[in-house]
Amino acid sequence: MAQMNMKEAIRDAMRVELNRDPNVLIFGEDVGNVGGVFRVTEGLQKEFGEDRVFDTPLAESAIGGLAVGLGVQGFRPIAEIQFVGFIFEALDQIVIQAARLRWRSGGKYNAPIVFRTPFGGGVKAAELHTDSLEGLIAQSPGIKVVIPSNPYDAKGLLIAAIRDNDPVFFMEHLNLYHAFRAEVPEGEYTVELGKANVVREGSDVTIVTYGMMVHTSTKAAEQLEKEGINVEVIDLRTVSPIDIDTIMASVKKTNRVIVVQEAQKSAGVAAEVIAQINEKGILHLEAPVLRIAGPDTVFPFAQIEDTWMPNPARIIAGVKKVLEF
Amino acid sequence: MSKVPYEVYTEDVETLSVLSPDGEVINKDLLPDLTDDQLKEIMYRMVFTRTWDDRAVNLGRQGRLGFYAPVSGQEATMVGSEYALEKSDFICPGYRDIPQLVWHGLPLYQAFLYSRGHQHGGEIPADVNVLMPQIIIGAQILHATGIAMGFKLKKEKSVAIAYTGDGGSSEGDFYEGLNFAGSFKLPVIFFVQNNGYAITTPFAKQTAAKSIAHKAVAVGIPGIKVDGMDIFAVIRAVQDAAKRARDGEGATLIEAVTYRFRPHSLSDDASKYRSKEEEGQWNEKDPIARLAKYLEKKGLWTDEDTQRVRDEAKATVNEQIKKAEQTAKMTIPGLIDSMFETTPQHLEEQKADFE
Ligand SMILES: Cc1ncc(C[n+]2csc(CCOP(=O)(O)OP(=O)(O)O)c2C)c(N)n1
Repeated sequence: MAQMNMKEAIRDAMRVELNRDPNVLIFGEDVGNVGGVFRVTEGLQKEFGEDRVFDTPLAESAIGGLAVGLGVQGFRPIAEIQFVGFIFEALDQIVIQAARLRWRSGGKYNAPIVFRTPFGGGVKAAELHTDSLEGLIAQSPGIKVVIPSNPYDAKGLLIAAIRDNDPVFFMEHLNLYHAFRAEVPEGEYTVELGKANVVREGSDVTIVTYGMMVHTSTKAAEQLEKEGINVEVIDLRTVSPIDIDTIMASVKKTNRVIVVQEAQKSAGVAAEVIAQINEKGILHLEAPVLRIAGPDTVFPFAQIEDTWMPNPARIIAGVKKVLEF
Repeated sequence: MSKVPYEVYTEDVETLSVLSPDGEVINKDLLPDLTDDQLKEIMYRMVFTRTWDDRAVNLGRQGRLGFYAPVSGQEATMVGSEYALEKSDFICPGYRDIPQLVWHGLPLYQAFLYSRGHQHGGEIPADVNVLMPQIIIGAQILHATGIAMGFKLKKEKSVAIAYTGDGGSSEGDFYEGLNFAGSFKLPVIFFVQNNGYAITTPFAKQTAAKSIAHKAVAVGIPGIKVDGMDIFAVIRAVQDAAKRARDGEGATLIEAVTYRFRPHSLSDDASKYRSKEEEGQWNEKDPIARLAKYLEKKGLWTDEDTQRVRDEAKATVNEQIKKAEQTAKMTIPGLIDSMFETTPQHLEEQKADFE
């Protein structure tokens, strides 16, 4: 097995699929010759040619719509939106055109597209490069939203996303691209979409989270362990649809939950997780479920993003609050 | 049967230039009308801007600035186009267009604060008609169109100018803004700095149009092209476009062909996508050297003047970056209170998490 960081694992997933299926295409702004602003697609154009990996003009709506048209033609596009804040330019194509194509055509056409986009705070990027917009996409029917937290998952989830016959919005946290290396199998394997992962077992409280916050939450759990508090951490991996079965199994064990997300607090993925817990098993709860999240402001200018984003101290306070309820 | 005339509009748009690379006036008719003092002021601003850019790149490397897009090479388009406007005219910039903002009145330390990710960078002084740098490429084109409509409705003889790059001219927003401006006959100037690249993507891959100026044809406004390394050509083009706008003749698209000597941003390596020869060829067209030659021949400028301005610019930059660094840090409660006129209850509660 090779050691890879998340960026290399994502690149490897694309290489595997470009090799396996001639219908897989990669395009977007600057992804070809240079391999993207983060070099995630570096070398792929050289290896697979300009027909399969190519730069587009600077126009996100066109990138999204091109993917839809190619999907109609039987291709499997991987369309990169250079930074998450720029998906708004393409939102019609992503959440209306791609996500509704199967339904609108009575199943005749489908949109087997992966929209890849980097996002996530903590790297002091310019405005609109970091926002967590997964809640926005997750509210749209017909598209899955995937957020890996480590290299192994990233490769397996991306291959599964490319093979999925419906559109998948695949979000790559900027702070995880180079954060650490892990064992990643060579060649093909998939991690099932829509399946959460229990990354740490515990019996006192459950933390449901995803993306970068898996690591922040694990840090909090390790500190709590020293105080004799036993925390279970669940990585959603796919934030739409949510794997409620894995969550409920944990709730039945711990009876206490907090949900941690980097995104702004209101109306997002955390709210959805809590709603589903209420629907499926409010009687298993010993305390209200809390959200630890960014406040409902714009993603702040770089100077205070570290205070703005949930940190272990805030998570620990939340855990204690539900324990002491 | 006669043939369907499948024709692409390829008639060349002439590139306007006034000053040759060795500082000779080659087109007297287009020479803008400027006094000696004005000429010296323009030169001062260009040298100042270059020095500031050099310093900013270093400050960026030292971690004292945040996001910063270098401007060297584009001084003629930036300084020249702003100089051709009135203070009451309105500037809608892209992320690279910080010099236009500063020469239009935004204090330099605020530009640094903006780069350092401090909200106060965006608190625009009351008498300065600018929007903050736009990150969403193309969005500002639509804002300029709206601002221009405001001028028209209020019967003010002012002009809005929107800046974008060759890449920006591919966005849907670009076409929509131009089309509205044409349709409503609005006093707006669309100023495209075609520096040959959108991050790494060369102009040849951006469009099959022969020039960006050609894109004006589709919306029925004039599209002109100028040598963007020639400050006189830039000033003249913007002055004329502004006059048209003030006279009620509507919008103009100006393509200025220029070059950024440095990479797209501080985190980018230009050698991956462009050649040393190309960079060398453009260096020979340096807009500052070109104007300096012209002014030297007129006895208006010497190397000592350049050195004096460089020293002054360095001192100003040092003082302004210190001012930025000493500005009180933002707070999360302050951020929360800046979202709405009256902070709603749920946000009041969220402040408690940060106190
Ligand atoms: C809507 C949108 N898409 C993508 C980006 C990312 N991006 C930033 S600069 C840039 C290239 C811009 O090129 P150009 O318009 O030619 O301007 P230049 O930087 O060369 O002055 C891109 C793609 C963005 N900021 N906004």
